[in-house]
Amino acid sequence: MAQRQLPPETLPQVLVLRPPSVFKAVEEEFSKKFQFLKAWESPLPIHLFLSSHARHVTALLCSGISPVTADILQQLPSVRLIVTTSAGLNHIDLLECRVRGISVANAGDVFSEDVADTAVGLFIDVLRKITSADRYVRGGSWAVNGDYPLGSKLGGKRVGIVGYGNIGSKVAKRLEAFGCIISYNSRKKKPSVSYPYYQNVCELAANNDCLIVCCALTDQTHHMINKQVMRALGKEGVIVNIARGAIIDEQEMVRLLVEGQLKGVGLDVFENEPNVPKELFGLDNVVLSPHRAVFTEESFRDLFDLVVGNLEAFFANKPLLTPVMDG
Amino acid sequence: MEAIGLLMACPMSSYLEEELDKRFNLFRFWNFPQKQEFLKENRNIIRAVVGNAGAGADAELIDSLPKLEIVANYSVGLDKVDLVKCKEKGIKVTNTPDVLTDDVADLAIGLIIATLRRICACDRYVRSGAWKKGDFKLTTKFTGKSVGIIGLGRIGSAIAKRAEAFNCPISYYSRTEKRDTKYKYYPTVVDLASNCQILVVACPLTEETRHIINRQVIDSLGPKGVLINIGRGPHVDEPELVSALVDGRLGGAGLDVFENEPEVPKELFSLDNVVLLPHVGSGTVETRKAMADLVIGNLEAHFMNKPLLTPVV
Repeated sequence: MAQRQLPPETLPQVLVLRPPSVFKAVEEEFSKKFQFLKAWESPLPIHLFLSSHARHVTALLCSGISPVTADILQQLPSVRLIVTTSAGLNHIDLLECRVRGISVANAGDVFSEDVADTAVGLFIDVLRKITSADRYVRGGSWAVNGDYPLGSKLGGKRVGIVGYGNIGSKVAKRLEAFGCIISYNSRKKKPSVSYPYYQNVCELAANNDCLIVCCALTDQTHHMINKQVMRALGKEGVIVNIARGAIIDEQEMVRLLVEGQLKGVGLDVFENEPNVPKELFGLDNVVLSPHRAVFTEESFRDLFDLVVGNLEAFFANKPLLTPVMDG
Repeated sequence: MEAIGLLMACPMSSYLEEELDKRFNLFRFWNFPQKQEFLKENRNIIRAVVGNAGAGADAELIDSLPKLEIVANYSVGLDKVDLVKCKEKGIKVTNTPDVLTDDVADLAIGLIIATLRRICACDRYVRSGAWKKGDFKLTTKFTGKSVGIIGLGRIGSAIAKRAEAFNCPISYYSRTEKRDTKYKYYPTVVDLASNCQILVVACPLTEETRHIINRQVIDSLGPKGVLINIGRGPHVDEPELVSALVDGRLGGAGLDVFENEPEVPKELFSLDNVVLLPHVGSGTVETRKAMADLVIGNLEAHFMNKPLLTPVV
């Protein structure tokens, strides 16, 4: 569809504090539709930049690498919309947005399938030792040391989904096809969901062989997977985390792994990315992923369309595509 | 039954060895460097052979064992057993169907995700410290990709069922079209490969299916296509596959089997778009025990003149 290319000055302005990954990937295409005010390119300290260049700006594009705090919002009296390229919202002061009447739109369901696929992929990997066996073969050990140690069957494993939302529900649907027995914990029981519900995560852990963490990071879920929960899961327990590192007490988890008190873990997220506890590097029952659960070419294309869609709707005074908060 | 001579073709399971040791006069073939001598000496004692994916009962072995009554396999694949010869001589053959179907299907999906989403490469990336310097690149989505399956038997069907949970359209190639299935049939492997993004080998290895994945099929699958092999190494023309992967003419491969195990082409070791596994399709504690119990059960049934549990027809 050919469009007349508008001169940059006439395009609506959008503030970006630091460039989200998708922005870096498709900046040229983004720039055909919007004029970006790029805070990170200025030598000025952020507050000075904002107060001198951004007081008129009505829309802000952000991601997890650029937290939107009350302080930042203080410098942006005209902002009416924040679009984040993530599904997660833990980097945005939502209370402040509500007070100021600022709308917030996120990535909606754009990543859910990819994240669910990664969760299942990590789960199969931990139980069937895929990455460690691949390492074994590449190291030349198969010919020298013989067969690789046996893994553990997926069918019949009891899997507890922590947080039954867009992602959790897709994980459940996939794992059912492998013969896993699904149950879940969520803030509230979901009446339309037929899987058994557990009121608290500890009870979920006590009644399952594996936990897959799919919930949002909030004050309530910070370190929710703690020593008590992991002990309840037990020595044969498997944990997969594709949500946020801080939902798990990482130090405690590492300690349990080193002591052989967990069967294995698959982690796409960590408390202090890109730092990963080095004790994990020596373990074969751990699969590590650099926060890539959402990053496929296909989801980036979908995300681009969604971000553009939300921004265009805003500037045309139309309803947002994926609002999480309507100011 | 302790007097009955049983020959185990190669090491396969210490649990199975122990249990067979209790019940039979067990000979471990790999402990005899002079195999011809050994066979001559014991030709009249050995009435059973236990084989697996690595070694079984070929024509030569069968001819050396005139008292052979049964070949019990610790595998579902029968490519290491000369079935024609067994039929000629009235030797019974058993294998281990069904008990390993789920494990192999699970692994096929695990390989697909690991290959498309670069799970092993990502793990290497983190462990090497590279994450501190920059993000890993974009990978390829699995959900919704078209999956083509060669062989829609027990394992092929189980793979299809799992892939459907990822909203993948399923198509297949089989010797004959299956009447009672909703999946799309292609009459040739090249047709199938041209019309899917992920091609999975899930058929038995026979003379007809040797090198069923050849240059033409690989070209049809193409630079965005991925090959998954959980069948047998010889299903694939391995040098052609390696060359296609190195050249970038094939998008990726997830391989559990190779033409000459445990040898794996070293050119593959430096590629991020391949996953290499040491033949672990049925490799879980639970399933290997079930397989072993089935082997024991078949042997006991035979020597007690009871119906075999899982005879190969």
